[in-house]
Amino acid sequence: MSFSRGSRKIFDNISLDIPRGKVTAIMGPSGTGKTTLLKLIGGQLRPDQGSIEMDGNNVHQLTRKDLYQLRKRMGMLFQSGALLTDINVFDNIAYPIREHTKLDESLIRSLVLMKLNAVGLRGARDLMPSELSGGMARRVAMARAIALDPVMVMYDEPFTGQDPISMGVLVNLIRSMNQSLHLSSVVVSHDVPETLSISDYIYLISDGCIVAQGSPEELKNSSDPWVQQFIAGQPDGPVPFHFSASPLMQDLLQE
Amino acid sequence: MLDQLQLTGQRVIAVFARLGQATLFLYQIIMTLPGLMLRPSLIIKQLYSTGVQTLLIIVVAGCFVGMVLALQAYYVLVDFGAEDSISQMVVLTLMRELGPVITGLLFAGRAGSALTAEIGLMKSTEQLSGMEMMAIDPMQRVMAPRILAGFLAMPLLTAVFMAVGVLGGYLVAVHGVGIFEGVYWSLAQLKVDFYSDLMNGMIKSIVFGFVIVWIAVFEGYDSVPTSEGLGQATTRTVVHGSLAVLGLDFLLTAIMFGDI
Amino acid sequence: MNSKTVEIAVGIFVALGIAAFFMLAMKVSNLISYESASGYQISARFDNIGGLRERSPVAVGGVRIGKVSSIEYDNETYEAVVVMEIEPKYNRFPTDTSAGILTAGLLGEQYVGLEPGAEEKFLISGGEITVTQSAIVLEEIIGQFLYSKADEK
Repeated sequence: MSFSRGSRKIFDNISLDIPRGKVTAIMGPSGTGKTTLLKLIGGQLRPDQGSIEMDGNNVHQLTRKDLYQLRKRMGMLFQSGALLTDINVFDNIAYPIREHTKLDESLIRSLVLMKLNAVGLRGARDLMPSELSGGMARRVAMARAIALDPVMVMYDEPFTGQDPISMGVLVNLIRSMNQSLHLSSVVVSHDVPETLSISDYIYLISDGCIVAQGSPEELKNSSDPWVQQFIAGQPDGPVPFHFSASPLMQDLLQE
Repeated sequence: MLDQLQLTGQRVIAVFARLGQATLFLYQIIMTLPGLMLRPSLIIKQLYSTGVQTLLIIVVAGCFVGMVLALQAYYVLVDFGAEDSISQMVVLTLMRELGPVITGLLFAGRAGSALTAEIGLMKSTEQLSGMEMMAIDPMQRVMAPRILAGFLAMPLLTAVFMAVGVLGGYLVAVHGVGIFEGVYWSLAQLKVDFYSDLMNGMIKSIVFGFVIVWIAVFEGYDSVPTSEGLGQATTRTVVHGSLAVLGLDFLLTAIMFGDI
Repeated sequence: MNSKTVEIAVGIFVALGIAAFFMLAMKVSNLISYESASGYQISARFDNIGGLRERSPVAVGGVRIGKVSSIEYDNETYEAVVVMEIEPKYNRFPTDTSAGILTAGLLGEQYVGLEPGAEEKFLISGGEITVTQSAIVLEEIIGQFLYSKADEK
């Protein structure tokens, strides 16, 4: 599909498949619109051309009601966690359950505690979001994303800005939840080592096109210099260090 | 020169475009109303933040405005020997104009800016997006209760303002300046018409309340999610809301009182 | 701030607002006079109604007993027709009662003053007062005064 924002083409005729039950990573330099891709999948944005299908449904042809039904089967983890700041951790996770089901409060309590337990934060249930550290907030958001037992979970930059321990925790959680809950996970990130360690398949996107795709091993052994620069994190290569400018001598002499 | 014209033209078109956006926004909210009725707790919570928390400033303002009105009225009327008409002037001015307008301006400043800031913050921390992805309609859960609450709170606040103002005027007139108590109340009763004065004032307040919250919620929803953007959005709410109150007041006054 | 407290606060707020409204309606508006609005109608014709308006008072001996409900103009007889609504308890006006348009105080508003006549029959709803005195128009008085002064010379 293709998608433009104003006159800028963000995605130019790209095609991706996200296999069921696996962890798929979407990686690329900052600003290539990876978050936009997640919003397109979730139906918040509409592609200019082409289609997005989930589980056999064309996401953008659904009625509002059906779209909402579909979204219940998707979980999304936002970059900042996006927890509701005026209610505590427990209520945040209980929120989608209370809204979409008519379950009894005692049942809801058990569910919430189990989800919290899966992310290791059962003891934090009474804290307010403002009292949580960044990593803890992300874990709570993860628990909320799986509250309704979705079939697919999308992670928007889950590793950004985390200390090594929290990073390890998150990495572990994403993989183990994917296995144990039989989810299809989509991880959008530019943290190479972490993402490579848990993904089954990776798409590298840059300038609106898919530059490379494959399993982590395939990419590590790729002969494409651009891929190598990205994976190894080299400062200079196909993506130049210097932003385009006239030669240095010329600039200095110009004043 | 031509550039200026083009710029002006663009600005005018932009204003209309914004108005269109705001109207579509309102339409979406109205569509959610039937469902909202099943969740009165949301409305009550918003009534608290917009209404109850504005009550204090309204009471204080009303009291002082009423007292000042009475004082000024006395100074003017006493030259004509007509100081008994003081209550008439205080009550009519409060009911017809000052009640709805001052309450409106205070409401736009206090409740309006708070609404915009709150919603703008929710937008910038992706809470609104998050709700959408959880298949919960933020229009119904966040926007609509606030608009309804503002709509309900304004007339109540205006009534309180008017009542406190009348009492403030009473204090000054009867206990300050020496008008007879009976004269104060009975002249007011005689000269103030329930329908054309009180009800018109209340209608004004309902219209103002609706417009102010509409602007406030829309500006919050449409704000640029940076700290600068939020500041601009709250400023716009207060400025546009206040201007709308004053402009509509003129319009409504002309319609309602023009015939007399 | 738990929800119970919030609900109570909102309840008090709403009650306060409604109470304020009622206080205004009862104590400082003429709502009360509206309630007894089922009066009976009497009409009167005047050449000039001066500053009389709808809802201007109708009084006898200075006591307000009703109000003007409508003012029309009769195209054929070239007269103003004033319809008044009188409170039902004041129903003993003889048929030769006169109606005049007077001014309250020197610069006050104008009202219809009734002066009872001497007949035995009383006016009933839909009746008409035939003895009327139009409003005093200041310009005419001054004009009369000037002309009479001129005549004397």
